[in-house]
Amino acid sequence: MILPLLASLVISFIPGSQVKAIRNVSLGVSGLSAILSLVAFCTFQVDGGLQFETKWVWVESLGLNFHLGADGINIGIIFMGAVVSFAAVCCADDITYRFKEFYILLNIMIGGVLGAFASMDLFFFYFFHELALVPTFIMIGVWGRGQNRNYAAYKITLYLSLGALLALIGLIGVYVQAGADSFSIPDLIAKVKAQPINESAQQWIFPLLMFGFGILVSLWPFHTWAPLGYGTAPTATAMLHAGVLKKFGLYGLIRVAIPMAPIGAQFWLGILAWLALANLLFCGLVAVRQRDLNLLIGNSSVAHMGFIFLGIASLNIIGLTGAVLVMIAHGLLAALAFGVSGHLYQQNGSLDMSQMGGLLRKMPLAGTALLMAMMAGCGLPGFANFAGEITIFFAAWSAGFKVITVIAAWSALVVGGLYMLRAIRNILHGAQPDVWKKTRDSSPLPTTAFGLLLALLLVFGFAPGLLTKGIELEVKKIVYLVKPEINEAKQLSVVAK
Amino acid sequence: MSEQLKFVQLEMMVVALGLIVLIADLVMPPSKRRLIGHLSAVALGLIFLFSLRDSYVGLINESTDLFFNSRYKIDGLAIFFKRFFILAAIFVLIFAVDFADRIRSGISEYYAFIIFALAGMMFAASANDFSMLFVSIELITVTFYILVSYQRHRLQSLEAGVKYLILGAVSSAFMIYGIALVFGEAGSLKFEDINAKQSELLGSKVFLFGMLFLFAGLAFKISAFPFQVWAPDVYQGAPTPTTAFLSLGSKAAGFVLLIRLLVFTIPDLTREWTVLLIGISAVTILYGNLCALPQRNLKRLLAYSGIANAGYLLMGIVAQSEDGTAAILYYLAGYLFALMTVFLIINLITKEGEGEDISCLENLNKRSPFLAAAMTLAAISLAGIPPLAGFFGKFLLIKSVAVEAFGNTGYFVLLAVAVFGVVISIYYYFGIVRAIFWNHKADDKTPIFVVVPIRFALICCFAGMLYLGLLPNKPMKWVESAAVSLIKTTAE
Repeated sequence: MILPLLASLVISFIPGSQVKAIRNVSLGVSGLSAILSLVAFCTFQVDGGLQFETKWVWVESLGLNFHLGADGINIGIIFMGAVVSFAAVCCADDITYRFKEFYILLNIMIGGVLGAFASMDLFFFYFFHELALVPTFIMIGVWGRGQNRNYAAYKITLYLSLGALLALIGLIGVYVQAGADSFSIPDLIAKVKAQPINESAQQWIFPLLMFGFGILVSLWPFHTWAPLGYGTAPTATAMLHAGVLKKFGLYGLIRVAIPMAPIGAQFWLGILAWLALANLLFCGLVAVRQRDLNLLIGNSSVAHMGFIFLGIASLNIIGLTGAVLVMIAHGLLAALAFGVSGHLYQQNGSLDMSQMGGLLRKMPLAGTALLMAMMAGCGLPGFANFAGEITIFFAAWSAGFKVITVIAAWSALVVGGLYMLRAIRNILHGAQPDVWKKTRDSSPLPTTAFGLLLALLLVFGFAPGLLTKGIELEVKKIVYLVKPEINEAKQLSVVAK
Repeated sequence: MSEQLKFVQLEMMVVALGLIVLIADLVMPPSKRRLIGHLSAVALGLIFLFSLRDSYVGLINESTDLFFNSRYKIDGLAIFFKRFFILAAIFVLIFAVDFADRIRSGISEYYAFIIFALAGMMFAASANDFSMLFVSIELITVTFYILVSYQRHRLQSLEAGVKYLILGAVSSAFMIYGIALVFGEAGSLKFEDINAKQSELLGSKVFLFGMLFLFAGLAFKISAFPFQVWAPDVYQGAPTPTTAFLSLGSKAAGFVLLIRLLVFTIPDLTREWTVLLIGISAVTILYGNLCALPQRNLKRLLAYSGIANAGYLLMGIVAQSEDGTAAILYYLAGYLFALMTVFLIINLITKEGEGEDISCLENLNKRSPFLAAAMTLAAISLAGIPPLAGFFGKFLLIKSVAVEAFGNTGYFVLLAVAVFGVVISIYYYFGIVRAIFWNHKADDKTPIFVVVPIRFALICCFAGMLYLGLLPNKPMKWVESAAVSLIKTTAE
């Protein structure tokens, strides 16, 4: 996981003129980390608990450890993150100036992204996420698109740091209230299990974490940074951020907020469910109105976050499992969509859908990838998204959010189908305007990336069990923490047998 | 008597160095003056190494009761701050040598005054008595009156000097009046006596007034609200090395005295004043950050950000704990490296007579990638973003307040304000990053030549920022041992 950070160091010593060398080093390193994570994913033992641990003492007196590891929840996310990183580097050929700086920043960002999900220590969990913030700011500002990029760069940075700081206060609150002498997540969970944080403290810790992490994930009404930021970011940045980094907040909710403040969670998650609905409906409808493809994808990705929030809010085993599944599926999907739209933008410098048409004939490969991505976005069975979303609906229904589930299902299917299908019609079919006559299909490297992402989406769509087995085991532990009575009931039934 | 002089050996060396510089000026030809500055920086480096020796650190355990009638104290805190001041002075001296061309006359005296101010700060670090406190503060302030107005041909510099003189004199008057009131009520100037009597003194209005006046005087030094008005004008007008020393040395001297006074001498009163301190800290953070937003002059921007930072540092005092004190020390150490980097670079890229408008940073990444990287790191360290020193300092400060927060809503307000302030500050610090990397209008692409000593100083700051941010284990132990020794004396 440290590989990309080393790569950025190496690159900073390569002279700026050696464009090829810089790109090849980045490609090689991100490819290597993708392969390593695949190996880790395949050798991962489903019921083995925490694996692949690395632990160094960092600050003794504060109990800070540099502690990386993987369990059922994050192994899939790390694998997804490594693949998306590789794909992002593949798709970064739209950068035409100041290569060296871009690749240094890109590698720092990849390092931060992977580190955040692998950290088993609260401090580093936060540390790595923040590490990715500065590269995002500079990348949008320098290599971003359009006149709005200055505003977009500031907006994304300020929103994300506000969210992160709120979450930081919440995390420190957890540390203080648990009376812990270490920031290690497993230690803290053990501590809280033995002696829960008192109720009134949970009532303020949980909302801090919920809204802090929520802002990072573009929870309605704090979502406005996302479509704008992704619309202006260079392709690789948008892929990494929308695909992987954004899932950080959700991961934090599942990993930290719910286990540490279960009583606060039960109260606040009802509110989260309604906000999730707002995400789905409001952003879905906004997406319908978009004429720019990137803004459409951005808004639809915000809308998809609603599913995950709903899954988390339902707070039962299938709901959380579905949430993690959608996190992984959506990571692959968002990266794919932004990758293809980046390719389109590169052709003509515009993503105005009303000016597009008939592109499937011109670019069969990229066009097919876009078509598949849109279909996956509608929740077509066969893609991993479907498997996750349907699970979440079951979970939300059984958790008692019946009204929300009905509205969510309606909005997801109808509104999602509406804008996705309209986009396909506008972009891929119909007459070809003159401005798009001279376009080319994607070159081999991005095509590989698209193929890889699609393949994974389909694999996890047909065999979600590859992921869910591990996730379920870990999620069970969390749910039992929140609702110990389920655990007892289960044990009783076992005894009765 | 003579064997007890070892307690002040560092200060004696520093004062002697200042006198040697003055004499050397008489015998050295003007063309060699540059050498004086460098040599005195090297000499300070040796003194710094001397302060690391076990025989000096061992003095902590020896009683200083007989010497100076216990007005002078050597403990972990004092030694930490002495080292901090020496380090800052070394950077400032290297800086001043580079700046010498812009000072028309008396450059050697400029070095000497920096060294004398340093002596004042080192005495302040050990002050354990109100008379000692006042004398060391005056030594610092009076030398700074001169250092601020050193560029006599620049109207701005003179104006800054006069402003600092008038407001500084008023704050000194407040302080001495406060000391008089405290003495009148307590009958002693020693911190230890006051500590012993604090429970009965708390009932006396005169004593409270005295302490309030004293606090006002020190708040002026650290530029806390509502005693902050001088900072922007003085920072902007003063010669840049002076600004750097003022914003690091003078502020840190204010903080060491505040720690000694509020956390150690009168903890009971501090507890009663919690709301007042929270208010001052919160308003200082907000005022500094909000005023920094529209600034385009870099030195003025740093002045406002310095006010905001004084607010953050006050959080450590509000926490009134070992953790809080340790956090202040850590934060100051990180602040030293980041701020020094920024001032060094500002000086390199601006020319005499031109303002320090933020647009002078444009194209810096093409003119000198090294400077651009250093400036970016310093800005994001000041903004408090990992993996740099500033982040870890802010993390410790916030944590120290959060630990105490439960059961006191005031602390929550302070935390909320601090978070809000950090978000605002990210806006203007990232404005610096933006000016470096894009937003290019100017097309000045001449490479910047950096002389070896400045390069050395920059690399040291660079390494310091990364070291404090990435490997905080050892420095954390240092600051904690400094803070622990302080609390021990409180218990005695």
